[in-house]
Order: sequence, then structure tokens, then C-alpha cells
Amino acid sequence: MKDRMLIAVVTILFSTPLFAQQSSTSAAQASTQDTAALEQRIKDLEERLIALEGQVRMLKSGQAQPAAAPQPQPAGAQPAETAAQAPPQIAAPAPTPAPAEAQAGIATTGGQLPIYGGASAASKALNPDISVIGDFVGAAGGNSAPSSATLQPFPSLQMHESEVGFQAIIDPYARGDFFISFGEEGVNLEEGYITFTALPAGVVAKVGKMRSVFGKVNLMHNHVLPWIDRPIVNTNLVGGEDGIDDAGVSIERILPAPKGIFLEATGQVFRGDSADVFKASQKSDVSTVAHLRGYKDITESTNLDIGLSYARGHNDAGTNSVTPLSSTDFLTQLYGVDATLRWKPLRRSIYHSFVGRSEFIWSQRQQPLREQRAFGFYTSADYQMKRRWFLGGRYDWSDRSRFANVTDKGGSVVLTYWPSEFSQIRGQYRFTNYAENIKANELLMQVIFSLGAHGAHPF
Amino acid sequence: MNRKLSDFRFLIAIGAAVLLCSFFLPIVAEAKKLNVVTATTDMAALTQEVGGDKVNVESIARGYQDPHFVEAKPSFLLKLRQADLLVVVGLQLEIGWLPPLVTQSGNPRIQQGAAGYLDASQFAEILDIPTGPVTRAMGDVHPLGNPHYWLDPDNGRRIAKGIAAKLGEMDPGDSVYFQQRFQDFDKRLTAAEQKWDAEMKPFRGRKVVTYHRSLPNFAKHFGLDVVGYVEPRPGIPPTPSHTIELIGLMKRENCKIIMVEPYFDLKTPNSIASQTGAKVLVYLPSVGGEKDVTDYFKLFDYDISLLTKAFQATQ
Repeated sequence: MKDRMLIAVVTILFSTPLFAQQSSTSAAQASTQDTAALEQRIKDLEERLIALEGQVRMLKSGQAQPAAAPQPQPAGAQPAETAAQAPPQIAAPAPTPAPAEAQAGIATTGGQLPIYGGASAASKALNPDISVIGDFVGAAGGNSAPSSATLQPFPSLQMHESEVGFQAIIDPYARGDFFISFGEEGVNLEEGYITFTALPAGVVAKVGKMRSVFGKVNLMHNHVLPWIDRPIVNTNLVGGEDGIDDAGVSIERILPAPKGIFLEATGQVFRGDSADVFKASQKSDVSTVAHLRGYKDITESTNLDIGLSYARGHNDAGTNSVTPLSSTDFLTQLYGVDATLRWKPLRRSIYHSFVGRSEFIWSQRQQPLREQRAFGFYTSADYQMKRRWFLGGRYDWSDRSRFANVTDKGGSVVLTYWPSEFSQIRGQYRFTNYAENIKANELLMQVIFSLGAHGAHPF
Repeated sequence: MNRKLSDFRFLIAIGAAVLLCSFFLPIVAEAKKLNVVTATTDMAALTQEVGGDKVNVESIARGYQDPHFVEAKPSFLLKLRQADLLVVVGLQLEIGWLPPLVTQSGNPRIQQGAAGYLDASQFAEILDIPTGPVTRAMGDVHPLGNPHYWLDPDNGRRIAKGIAAKLGEMDPGDSVYFQQRFQDFDKRLTAAEQKWDAEMKPFRGRKVVTYHRSLPNFAKHFGLDVVGYVEPRPGIPPTPSHTIELIGLMKRENCKIIMVEPYFDLKTPNSIASQTGAKVLVYLPSVGGEKDVTDYFKLFDYDISLLTKAFQATQ
């Protein structure tokens, strides 16, 4: 289309001066001058076209939207001027009414066939990015898990979760993220929050429902886990798949630190209802989570990431109690340490990488008879062998939060294949040794597929 | 009542701790220099050309790294939080890693749409804009057009002009300086372009195969004919059937050059080369791809000398 427009412009430009060229005196000289001038003019016009196309693209992608209020453009910069003006201003970051008109013109006169994302792009421009991620899990093998264990087997075939994501920039001061998960039991708002990005003093605040920053795994959605299941320590002590995921407020800030070290503190306050970890019986039973993260690049391809986490809230022991006066006094406190070592050579970053990770969690749960102090950890390693193949393993060891004297253990080997960035097939052999001395051998299989907007890769 | 109080005291303590930390940092009143962070080294090189010594420029990605797959390392946040201006390549090249970094940076100046967020693609001529329906069956397509647009010197000039105007807007006191730097860059680039064009002129119309679709603008400018790709679809690794097809195509078209970015595995290109008698060239898509390729001019010098030598050898 650009070519067609160019030809039209060139023809018009050529025809007018050529007809006017009647005088025969020094015609040759004049014509060479004219050609040079014309060439220059065509070049200028080409530049203007490219600049205009750029502005149209910016408008289409909706990026020009949250910019500062459009300033009245000086009359001299209107694109409707004569071609004889000086070379145009390419940089015009503030959206002006003129390019919008140009866009409408291009979109409707571009051809008879509707252009995908073209004519209707204006109406789509402000819609959020939409994505859907499907998570299918199959399981084989025996697992007669005791009913008192928190780790239960997967059903044979299950559309485990379908997660719909809506993400957009809200205004110049904030962005919004929604993740709604459709599971087998129903619909759940997994996360839905606004992030204030324009606060003073480098503070980033979130308000809404969100996964809390307790450790690493608690923060992860199912589809970014390096395994099909979650480690036993998370299932036993931190609420498993749902984890600490609650409505509240989060504030984070990068802290001053010696050069080369990244230090970040996060403080969160939630209503106090999270899976079987926290339960609020009254308004003031809020739960809190604090997290300190330190990160350092050891080399350009190796880095170390260490976190300290703390969570505190009221548990459900209180609501089960008969005496209402003492009922709400039962607290659960969680302490966590996580460490991650990553390696990814930059020149071959799409082919090889390694992630080694451990999380250690201590739970201190007050409940009627006596306080339970439980401990658990996992340690895992994942190696990317080829562009599409990953091999990983994990070792699990954890007490149960309500019965700290019993311990579940387990181990897994995971093989993952990526047909593309947008789908993933995974097999996991899982061995579990329950505290009751029941052993389980299972083979899990998972397919993850993603539709729509390209999400960010987790780190 | 007591319990309630202790709860709130605890909350206040946490809140106060975070807030206190916020004010610990002295507000860095950097001298007059603008801090510019760019997504890639090419944007950094162009910013450096027009910014001169009035700007500090740093790139997030390295020149020898696949710009689609940069890890969103927290250490980048340390750079981003100090930035006055963030220059991105745009067209969704950085979609997999930059948005979360920008959000977490806690820096309102560089948020998308703010004055310090500059998408350089708006200045450049963009090719490969899909016109039909876009689906992922085409691989990892960029619906807004091909983001590897900086390898055309004319686009380099346009981007530099745009960045110079932006720098002038952010630091009006030095806008004349930036404009002068741009004029100077323009002159040097025009001279260099004439030289490059002359060097490449004998090889106009020559056929090449590239690994990824990173070269449309370069090929257009220098008149190369890209007849095929090692990747069956953008972002999809080579498959045996596509490789066989490509070998057939290269033999039919008598194509003797395979151009590969430094971050791709050479196994498939080498095996194609051995069956077609073609030469594998590891060209540089970005400044900094090799140690001595430190600016925008050296990038073209490197690639063009590589190409002309290879064309002569495979005459």
C-alpha cells in the first residue's frame, strides 16, 4: 500500500513541474536541477510516510494512549501542509488529532479486503491483553494416601485448570492484572490486583487479591512450576496449590545495598483467609507477610537469589474451639529461607540452562492441645539439555503442620518437552513415603498450552 | 482488645520499616547527565552517538544474546530505577522480559506511556507487517511487524534523529548539542553508507538464507535476496523435513550463503552447508556481538566485510 501511495505522489509531483516546463532556454540545466530537487522531495516524502506509519503503529498498539495530555500543535507542524516545506519533524511523541485522522483514512482506504487488526484496531486498542492457559494432568500408578495426609493423589485424567489472564495498563499511574482460574471445582479469582507504578520514592504498591511473596513456590502459578505437583513442604505447611493467596495490600521497594547487590523488601497485609493456613474469625484477624530478597550476579551467566520470608496469621483452630473467648488466639507463624542458583550462558541461552533451588520452611502453629512446630524443605535441580528438553529432579521432606511429629518424604524425576514457547508436555515419576509408612509410586503426565497474548517469562 | 492492639502494632511496625527504608536513599541529584537505559546494544550505540558526554547509556541485553529471550534479572532493576529514559526496540521484541522489569522498577519516569519511555520502532521503516490473519501456526510472529529493523543504515539515521529529539525534549538546555551531534552522525553515516553501498553493489541480487528472520531491512537496503530460513517458522527450531526442503531450494536457487546469528546452534546450518556447498557466516545482528564491534559503524563494517569476502569466495 505504501508503494501505491508513493507512486501516486510521485506521479503528481512529476506531472505538475513537467507541464510547466515550456521554455526552451537552458532547459537541460533546469531539468537536472529539477530532477535533483524532485529526488530530494521524494526522499522527504518517503521520510514523512515512514514517520506517519510509525505514528499509526503507536496508535494501533495503544501505546500512545496514556501519554501526557495532547498539546496544541503549532500550525506549522500540521501534515496537511504543502510539500514544499522543510523536512518534517519525525519525533512527535504526543498524540495529536492529525495522525488519528490519518489512521482512519489508511484503515478504510487500504483496500477492499478487511485487514486483520487494521480497521477495527482502534476499538481493540484499549482492550486488555487476554490469554488462556490450559493445564491438563493425567496420573497412573497407585497411591493409597492416608486421609489425614495433605498430599492426595491426582485423578486419572483431569482438566486441572484453565487460567484466563487479562492484563493492561490502567492509566499513567498503574497497571492491572487479573488471573481467573477455572478448575474442576469451580471458578476462582486466582489473582486480581492493581499495581501502582508511579509512586514516589521508588515504592511499588499492589492492591487486590494476590499470591503472597512467601518463598518462591507460593508465588508461582501452576503453569510456571518446574514440576506437575507442588513440593510436599508447600502442601503440608503453606496451603499447597492455593497457598497464601488472599485479598490485601502489598508494598515493595528496592533497598540501598552495596554495589552489585539487589536487595528488595516487601510487606503485605491480607484479610487472613488462605487455604488451610490462615483463617480470620473477625475483622482484625489480618495476616501479614514480609519478604526480603537478595540477588547477585556472580558472572554474566550465573546468579544467586536468596530470600527470607515471614508470615503470621490466625488459624482455624480458634473457630473449632468451644470457648469463644479464647477462640481467636491461635496463631500460625511461618518462617522461610529460599535459595536459587541459576546458570544460563548468554550466547547459548536458548539451549542450555540450570536452576538449582531449595526452600526451608518452619511452621509454628498454635492449636488447642499444644503448639506444633513443624519443619520441611525441598531441594530441586532442573537442567535444560537441548532447546526443547529439560530434565529435573526434586527431593521432598516435610512434617505436617498439625502433627509436627510425623514426616512425609518423597522424590520426583521430571522430563519436559517444549514443542514451542506456547505449549509444554511433561512427565513426572513421583515416589512418596507417607508418615504412616504407606508408599506410593505414581506416573504423572501434563500438557500445558497457552493461547493469546505472549506473557512474560518468569524469572 | 490487647490482642487487637498487638496485631496493629505489628502491622504498623512492618509498614514503618518499609517506609523508613524508602527514605534511606538520598535522592540522587545526579549532575546534568541523563541516565538512559536501552533494551539492546544497538539502541545504546545510537543513543551514545547523539547523546555524547551528556548522557550515561547502558543496555540491558548483550550484543551476543538473543534479544527475544533475555532473563528478567533483578540486577537490571538497579539500572532501571535510576533511568531517566528507557529506549526500547518495540514491536513486541521485548515482550517476554521487559514489561515485568518496568513495572517492578518503581520508576514512574520510564513506565510505558510516560515521557521517559521511547519506542524506537515509531521512527523506523518496518517490514514484514502481516496483512492476513495472524495465528501462532506461523510461529512466533510479531503482529506489528519485524522488530529486527535496525540493520538498515537509513533506519539507524531515523532512530538517531528520534532519540536526539527526545533527549532535547528531556534536557532542553542541551538540545542544540544533541542536534549538532545528530548532524555530525548523519554526515558520518552518509559517508559510510556510500562506502558500504559501493562495497555491496557488485553483489546486489545475490541469494542468501538466514537462520531467523532478522535481516529484512538489511537485505532490502543492500539488495540481497533472502530465499529461505533455517527455522521452519519464526522461533521454531529446525525440523528434518524443513531442512531437506531448504537444501533442495538452495540447490535449485544456487544459494551459497547461510547467515546465522551468534546465539544459534551451528549444527543444522553446518550440515546444510556440507550438502549444498554453501558457506556458514556467523554475522552480527547487534553492536557488541564481538568485542571490537563497539559502535553502529563497526557493526556494518564487520557484517559487510564478512559478506563481501564470502560472496567473492563463492562466486
